[in-house]
Amino acid sequence: MSARGPTVASAPAIRTHGLRKEYGRTVAVAGVDLEVEPGQVVGLLGPNGAGKTTLIKMLLGLVRPTAGEAFVLGRPVSDWRVRGRIGFLPEHFRFQDWLTGREFLEAHGRLYGLPAQERRERAQELLEMLGLARHAERPLREFSKGMLQRVGLAQALLCRPELVFLDEPTSGLDPLGRLLVRDVLRQLRAGGTTVFLNSHLLSEVELTCDWVAFMRRGQLVRAGPLAQLLSGAVEVQVRAQPREPETQIDWGEFGDAWPQGDGGWRLRLASEEQVPDVVEKLVAQGVRVYAVEPRRLSLEELFLQVMEGEEAG
Amino acid sequence: MRRVLFLAWLTLQEVGRRRLLWIGLALGAVYLAVYAWGFRAAFGECLGERPRSEEMARAMALGLAMAGLYGVNFLVVMLSVLASVDTLSGEIASGSIQTIVAKPLRRWEVVLGKWLAFFLLVLSLVAALGGGVLGITWGWSGYWPHNVPEGLALLVLEGAVLISLSLAGGARLSTLSNGVLIFMLFGVAFLGSWVEQFGALMHNESAVQIGILTSLILPTEALWRRASYLMQPPDTTFAASPFGALSVPSSAMVVYALLYGAAALALAFRAFNGRDL
Repeated sequence: MSARGPTVASAPAIRTHGLRKEYGRTVAVAGVDLEVEPGQVVGLLGPNGAGKTTLIKMLLGLVRPTAGEAFVLGRPVSDWRVRGRIGFLPEHFRFQDWLTGREFLEAHGRLYGLPAQERRERAQELLEMLGLARHAERPLREFSKGMLQRVGLAQALLCRPELVFLDEPTSGLDPLGRLLVRDVLRQLRAGGTTVFLNSHLLSEVELTCDWVAFMRRGQLVRAGPLAQLLSGAVEVQVRAQPREPETQIDWGEFGDAWPQGDGGWRLRLASEEQVPDVVEKLVAQGVRVYAVEPRRLSLEELFLQVMEGEEAG
Repeated sequence: MRRVLFLAWLTLQEVGRRRLLWIGLALGAVYLAVYAWGFRAAFGECLGERPRSEEMARAMALGLAMAGLYGVNFLVVMLSVLASVDTLSGEIASGSIQTIVAKPLRRWEVVLGKWLAFFLLVLSLVAALGGGVLGITWGWSGYWPHNVPEGLALLVLEGAVLISLSLAGGARLSTLSNGVLIFMLFGVAFLGSWVEQFGALMHNESAVQIGILTSLILPTEALWRRASYLMQPPDTTFAASPFGALSVPSSAMVVYALLYGAAALALAFRAFNGRDL
């Protein structure tokens, strides 16, 4: 934990090149190039089986890549020492359930090689931070699912990590628990920790992440700063009517327009820049345009758009 | 090394939690009680009926002690395999290994920590039960076999070989396949050992060779044969019995077993190291 030199800090938190994993004939991750700057909160999105967990596991040295290379905090993932600066909360988190909350954290502190004093202090600090101080002396088998998730998160933060991987951190949490996780993520970001999280809860990702990456069938299909991705894609509500009611409107390169009834259409565009082109095209056909309203996509809509776009492609 | 010791401690905690240890201890206590009672009954009756003969008493005590140790040998085999057979495969299946392996440690340290824990378990078992059987024998009859430290050490080595093998299997196979594989190997070696003894009895050289070859597949039964041979005085003749040693595994077999155990442990390191978790 002492090796936080300036060279390390300036390296990307995560860097992969052509990272690939095959299980027999199944390709779980199909050549991922990824670079994550330090201090970002990154959300990795994708349907089940897209290879998100496999990607995280390769970055943690749990799964050996079939091809390609991966670096975390400037070190190759095969270097076991680098994991002293990394926290991990697995998706299906299991543990030695006879230990009490405090014993569990101290045990994992030992595995991190923390000295006794620091171990005790850190365990207490995290128990308080995650609202588990009252339950510290209870064995984990008596914990609720949400409490287990929180103690698992505490475990991931024991070493004051520079990089944290969270696989579905809010699964099993009630709204209050999710609020707590969001708060923890905010604190981590404030402390300059890079967070890499998998989540199905798009609204959570939208609230907490600076940067998102979409994964589908083992490939990274889109990645970038969240604000930029959301500003890029727009959905446009168009109210228009052909001069002759029988004529069909030709949307041309703008693809499918979904009729909304009462002369309305919904259209998805890659960027706001295309809005005038749509109007121009409609006018050129002699269509009477009543309204064109661009609307920013929510992350959920963007997600569906990316996944459907890939499906069509 | 501190990490390895801590992982061993964690594994022992787990064994203690799983009741296996307590069932083992209870069975061990019952075993010793039955042995003490049986020894007293058999030894007392035998000596009561006939005129007291030192030689007879000694042979009787020796026979009973060897039978008692044969039982301990069996318990060592069972405990070594049952305690360790699912430690890797079980934690891989449940995923609990992930949080451990994602820590700053080398994977072989996890395997070594587990190995050490089970080794300590077998060591305690041999010390408690082996020591118990010999202590009871000595208490009732005043008899103490030859080469006790060497004999008991061979039993511990037998356990260590099985632990290494079961960790190597557990790093790659499911708990069930691993257990089946080990007991099949053990069964083959067990039969082979009997073929060897009968071969020696019938002066059939090829049967002896077959027995020795099967011992190479898994040298555990050969270790027991050698242990029992070492602990008996040179002039005894328990011919075709579980502790008979007409064809005595040589000290080369002990060296082979040591190498076998080391190789199995190295294989366990390697298999676990290359495993996707």
